[in-house]
Formats: sequence, structure tokens, C-alpha cells
Amino acid sequence: MVSLDKAVETAAIADPVLEDAPPPRPITEFWFAFSRNRGALAGLVVIATICFVAIFADVLAPHLPNHQYRDALLAEPLTRHPELGWFLLGTDDLGRDILSRVMHGARLSMSVGFLVVALALTTGIVLGLIAGFFPGVLGIVIMRAMDIMLSLPTILLAIVIVAILGPSLTNAIMAVAIVQLPHFVRLTRAAVMTERSKDYVVASRVSGAGLPRLMVLTVLPNCMPPLIVQATLGFSTAVLDAAALGFLGLGAQPPTPEWGTMLAGAMQFVQRAWWVVTFPGVAILVTVLAFNLLGDGLRDALDPKLKQS
Amino acid sequence: MLRFALTRLTLVIPTFIGITLLTFALIRLVPGDPIEVMAGERGVNPERHAQLRAELGLDRPILEQYWDYIRDVLSGDLGASVVTKTPVIEEFAALFPATLELAICAMIFALAIGLPAGIIAGVRRGSIFDHSVMGLSLTGYSMPIFWWAILLILLFSVTLGLTPVSGRISVIYWIEPVTGFMLIDTLLSGEDGAFRSAVSHLILPAIVLGTIPLAVIARMTRSAMLEVLGEDYIRTARAKGLAPLRVIGLHGLRNALIPVITVIGLQVGVLLTGAILTETVFSWPGVGKWILESIHRRDYPTLQGGLLLIASMVILVNLTVDLLYGVINPRIRHGR
Repeated sequence: MVSLDKAVETAAIADPVLEDAPPPRPITEFWFAFSRNRGALAGLVVIATICFVAIFADVLAPHLPNHQYRDALLAEPLTRHPELGWFLLGTDDLGRDILSRVMHGARLSMSVGFLVVALALTTGIVLGLIAGFFPGVLGIVIMRAMDIMLSLPTILLAIVIVAILGPSLTNAIMAVAIVQLPHFVRLTRAAVMTERSKDYVVASRVSGAGLPRLMVLTVLPNCMPPLIVQATLGFSTAVLDAAALGFLGLGAQPPTPEWGTMLAGAMQFVQRAWWVVTFPGVAILVTVLAFNLLGDGLRDALDPKLKQS
Repeated sequence: MLRFALTRLTLVIPTFIGITLLTFALIRLVPGDPIEVMAGERGVNPERHAQLRAELGLDRPILEQYWDYIRDVLSGDLGASVVTKTPVIEEFAALFPATLELAICAMIFALAIGLPAGIIAGVRRGSIFDHSVMGLSLTGYSMPIFWWAILLILLFSVTLGLTPVSGRISVIYWIEPVTGFMLIDTLLSGEDGAFRSAVSHLILPAIVLGTIPLAVIARMTRSAMLEVLGEDYIRTARAKGLAPLRVIGLHGLRNALIPVITVIGLQVGVLLTGAILTETVFSWPGVGKWILESIHRRDYPTLQGGLLLIASMVILVNLTVDLLYGVINPRIRHGR
């Protein structure tokens, strides 16, 4: 006992800061870990930029996304038309300004990502909480259903759902959200299972907290870190899958300036107008990459246990 | 081992039943009358309508329909395409070798580059090579592969004129399908230049399809290597004076490969998914393109049957990987 006290004393003397400084707040601690990851920071900056462009696309875009300039069909990038002004990224086969279309596409892709993640996250949390708190028949049924969904390749499942519902942007969002659902359900359930038996939950239950309160206010906040990471990675998958569906003609329909749909229409110009097929793809790649970088950074910062590589 | 295998097998059955429920529900969930949807704008007269309904069994109780469906599936009858009238299973069997050939070549490409890159990156942790591998693999993982395909066509086919843009072989050759694998069939046919033509048609699609598995394999190999190289037995092997190459190759790699094999198994689903996009861009006559066309043509029996077959393939491969995993890693089969 004496030696222990002494050890504490020497530690305090050796590090006087330890005595005064309060422990760092979780957010400070998180930011410290997160900001050391340069890739994640870069991802965050890129995402912020894309969001800015998406929100102010109406103001920032030099032309209307669907306006067809008949005098400037397939204009090369950096073309300056005497009356119509600059076409920085060129125009497509109908004379629409590609830069403006890509900017408006950002609005679409970000909304798609947001809606998909919001849908999958909320439904996934509800199902995961139920499966975690009722591990009996109900839980088993939910988890088996999720396993079946996971055994189908993702795009294939999304394609089938769109085939059932009919091709449109709304249905593509639904399909991609359904495809992502199992990940959120499994993560929530796994987290609930580990948290459920901990002392603070038992204490809360003993002091009379009802089941809804236990589920939502006591347990759920402690399940959030892996869900936040998955939501970020889910955002990138959503953008990618929605673009793939658009490319296959099963997502947003022309003339919607959706990145994947733009590429589908551009395939026939691959021989003579490289810019038509290049820029929408760059936009998809940059967006997806940024979210993947952010997701990796968040995983490392929020939950060292989850650290994969 | 037997118990482990049996547990895994029993887990497959509910999954398979779930898949049949899904494919069974597919044709019935289409909004509106499925026959009218299939007929499209041509329309269908009432007698033909009733006849088709009876043919598809849509006029009977739903449980009875499902029972019949399961019976048909188990006896190998997946119905016939409404467009070509060919049995679905025959069409699938004719097209599947093309997809399989593409997928195998894609996997070989992914392994040939992904494994060495991952190993070197893991061994030389923190080096420029490591950072490049990690950066490139994240980019590959984020790549919209349909666009990647277009870019490669733009570079290799349009600009450099090195590779053809679509199909499996140049139209000037007629190759009798023996195995269904174009690379083997062209060699068997003995025609001059046919094999070269087949290879040049295959190379771009295989690269495109292999890109995501390549990225995942490189990342996974690297992290598995890192984990294994920190183990005590590696230090022991080093301490007793083994050559570095032997330590890494024999002691490190053998253990690092265990998680990598699982990842490779999981990539089969990714390959089949990617096949839909890759085959569409390159007009590759495989099952991916076939499934997509069946959607566009509203050929629901084909879609239903094709989906069931592809899902069963994925389940089978995942089961095989699970069992293999148990064979090479005793901890798995004795655990739980």
C-alpha cells in the first residue's frame, strides 16, 4: 500500500501537468487522433468542397445543366464560344455544358448518398436493436433474413429490386438502401449484444428504465462509433452503386445529370470525344475516394479495436 | 471436422430456401399484372392471357405455387425464357463458361499482382512502395469499374489500337465450342492466330474485373503479413539464423495466407457482380450481360432462374471456402 502511494506520488511529481489538467473531452481526443491522419483530412476537405458545389450548383454552374447549345455540339474542353462563353470541360453530343452537368450531378449524388445512408441507418438501427434485445425467434428471423441478403452480390440484388420496382432514381435509392441494410443491422446487433450485459445497463434497468429508454437512450449511444464509420463507407458505396445503376439504365433516367447516366449516354463517343466519357467518371472516383479516406480515418480515430490494416 | 462440415451445411439450407423465396416472390412483386408487364405495349388478348396465367400457374393458391416451384427447381426445371423459349438452364449453361473464363483470368490477374504487392508492402512497412501500394489499392477499391473499363478502352483500343473493343474473339474465326473456354478451344482448334485473338479480347475485361479484387487482396495480404511478422515464432525463426527470405516465405507467408484465402473466396461474389458491368461495357457474351438483358426485355422467367443459379453459385463457393478454411486452420473447426 505504501509503495503504491509512493508510486502515485512520484508519478505526480514527474508529471505535474497530470494533476491539474482535466481529462480531454471525447471530441478533443477524437480530433487529436483524427487530424493526424492526413488522408482522412484530405477526404474531409474534398467532401466539404463537393457539398459546397452541390448546394450552390445553381449559382456556381456557368450554364444550365440541360440547356442544349446547338452551336456548340461536342465542343472540346477550354473552348470559348464568342457568344455563349466558356465551356471549361467541353460539351456533350447535345451541346450541354459538361462542367455544369457534373456540378448538378454532385447535388444528385450527394442527395442519393445521404438518403441511402439515412434510410439504411435508421432501419438498420431499429432492426438491430430489436434483434439484439430479443435474441429469440424474432432476432433469429431478422438475422437469417440479413444473411440471405448478404449472400447475394450487392449490385445483383440492387438490380433485381430495381427490376421489380421499375427503373428510376427513387427506386435506385430504395434498392441501394435495402442492399446496405444488413451491414447496419449486424453492426447494431453486435454492439447491443456486448453492451447489454454491462453494469451501466443493468443499473439503468434496476432503477426502473423501461425497454424503449434502455434501447434508445442507454445502449444506442454506445453503439454509435462503428455505425458512424459504416455510414461513411456506406455513403461511398451508395454513390458508386447508384452510378452503376444509372450506367446500366436502371437508375436516374436521361436527361437527368446523374454521373452514371451521363457515362451511359457517352459510351458511343469514346472514339471521338474523350472529355464526354472522362469527367463524370473523375467526379465519381474523387467522391468515392474521399469518403473511403474519411471512413478509414474515422475508424482509426473512433474505434481502435476496429482498426483493420 | 465432420461435425464442423455438417454445421456449415445445415446453415446453407435456410439460406437456399430464402433465395428461392426471393426469386419466387420476384415475379409476383412486379407492380401490375405480370403477364401484361411481360407483354408490354403489344398487349395480350383475354384468351391468351388466361392461357399464360395457367401456364405460369398464377391462378392457383400461392402456397401451392411455391411448392410446385421448389419441386421444379429441385428437379432442375427452371422454366423457359419467354423470348427465346429455350430452357433457362440451357441458356445459363451455354453462357456460364464465358463468365467463368473471364472471372478466372481476372482472379489470376488480381492474385499475380495483389499477393506480391501486399507481401512486399507488409515487409517494407512505411516505405515509399508501401505507401504507393496502399494509395493505389484504395483508389482501385473506389473505382467505378464501368468507367475504368471505358478509360482502358480509350487508352488501349482507341488511342494505341492494341486491343479490340468488344466480344470474345474476332469474327473471322469460327471456333467449335468444346470446353466453352475460348482460350482452350482456340488452342484445340489449331487455327492460326485464333488464340492470339482470344487473348487480346480477354485481356482488358480481365484487368477491369480484377481491379477491385486486386485492391482488396493487396490490402488484406499486407495487413495479414504485418500481423504475422509481429508474432513470436517469426522472432524465433530470425533469432535462430534463418535466411530472411525463408522466414518471410515459409513461416510468414504460410500463416498470412489463411485470412487471404477467405478474402479470395468472398471476392467471388464481387466478381459475379462486376461481371454484369464489365460484360455490358465489353459486350462479353456471359451470364452478367444475359441477366441485364433479361431485365430490359422483361423476361422474368430468365431473370428468376438466372438469379437463383448465380446466388446458388455464390453460396456454394462461400461454403467451399468455409470448409477449406476449416481444413487449413484447425482453430476454426475446433473453436465455438
